[in-house]
Amino acid sequence: MNLAVLLATSGRVLRQLRHDPRTVALLLVVPVGLTGLLAWILSGNPGAFDRWGAVLVGIFPLMVMFLVTSVATLRERTGGTLERLMTMPLGKGDFLGGYALAFGAAATVQALVVSVFTFGLFGLDVAGARWAVLVVAVLDAVLGTALGLSLSAFARTEFQAVQFFPAVLLPQLLLCGLIAPRSTLPGPLEAVSAVLPLSYAVDAMQRLTVEPGVSAAVWRDLAVLVAFIVGLLAFGATTLRRRTP
Amino acid sequence: MPSSDAAAIEVADLRVVRGDVQALRGLTFRVARGQVVGVLGPSGSGKSTLMRALVGVQDNVAGRCEVLGHPAGHPALRRRLGYVTQVAAVYDDLTVRENLRYFAAVIGAPRGDVERVVDQVGLGGEVDRLARSLSGGQHNRVSLAVALLGTPEVLVLDEPTVGLDPVLRRGIWQVIHDLAAGGATVLVSSHVMDEARQCQRLLLLREGRLLADDTEAGLLARTHTDDVGDAFLALIDGADT
Repeated sequence: MNLAVLLATSGRVLRQLRHDPRTVALLLVVPVGLTGLLAWILSGNPGAFDRWGAVLVGIFPLMVMFLVTSVATLRERTGGTLERLMTMPLGKGDFLGGYALAFGAAATVQALVVSVFTFGLFGLDVAGARWAVLVVAVLDAVLGTALGLSLSAFARTEFQAVQFFPAVLLPQLLLCGLIAPRSTLPGPLEAVSAVLPLSYAVDAMQRLTVEPGVSAAVWRDLAVLVAFIVGLLAFGATTLRRRTP
Repeated sequence: MPSSDAAAIEVADLRVVRGDVQALRGLTFRVARGQVVGVLGPSGSGKSTLMRALVGVQDNVAGRCEVLGHPAGHPALRRRLGYVTQVAAVYDDLTVRENLRYFAAVIGAPRGDVERVVDQVGLGGEVDRLARSLSGGQHNRVSLAVALLGTPEVLVLDEPTVGLDPVLRRGIWQVIHDLAAGGATVLVSSHVMDEARQCQRLLLLREGRLLADDTEAGLLARTHTDDVGDAFLALIDGADT
């Protein structure tokens, strides 16, 4: 790894984003709009938005960043820029770390904007620390980036990459405790949900919703999320090849 | 280990399988430093595969394939080799300058290199335009400029003149000759036979085999023809009978 190359890569990714103001607008407006829509839908049902709001603040950035990263890295593969970089002194870690850092920064801005609207305008009330909600939201977004980086190697076209969304994220959404508490799932499904990263993201948000401060269980969830991110980036390094057929 | 008098490129019995196709079927040749060598052949003859093997991004390579005394793809080569692919491998959503600055940072090119390569390919007026807004020829020249960063000793250029008008083609060849005059070794592919006269030496490829390895004059004399296209046909006819 070479820090200068990693930082140059993340600067380059952010510069690409800057030249695409429509995507930036979508990154910021869509999660805010969806959270606002949810607040409005639940407005006739006292306490319901407070129950669901934090969880969704964590899930929207994950979805968005997964899609953005999948398409961005697939473009690098099909556009020849990745092949060119692979002939240069750029380590796989510089490439993956650069993307993770750039989208992590974008996710931080996104989470800040969403939080300001959600806590301020939409009136979300959680028992736990608001900064922790923000941290979980950013980690979720970086998790989405890490998933996108490691899985896009298996897609040949943008159509296929987009299909990974229902294939990879929807099962996690069904099993993460959002539809039914994980403890009530049939044994095998509960076991599967225990090794899916989204389960820990949702668990952290559900705890922050009802438990005051930041409990030890939330810290454990955060640690698990960080471990998943590191593991997925390491896996991504194995799916990134200098030589291709 | 590699000595300073190692050939720029040393290939022996190079074979490559791509999918279920034998793309290269045993190539052997050597390129001395400072030469401009043309790789000519119809599309599908294995030109791009040869270039990918030399820059170290091609998988399933067998036989000897060395650049500057190192096996192709060796980390020591990553600052000493420039590569241009058939499609302009640059970021369309960045400006010319932003593209070059990024690649310059990756290879650790000296300060001022971005301005130097921009002038070299004649894109001085376009540095702040997005790559996607450039014409096809300008787009290719950005890609060539990236390969010139850091003044590589060996340049591998895969069809850098494809789709360019004659004036731009002449401009690209001028850049190639300037590089060779500066001591660089250039391997350049083309499917346009009349670009042969720009090269000191020609490698004619067909169906993954080396049909000829000669100068243009030598090739024409040997086949009693007066252009490389006819020489190519004469060699094919000779090989088939």
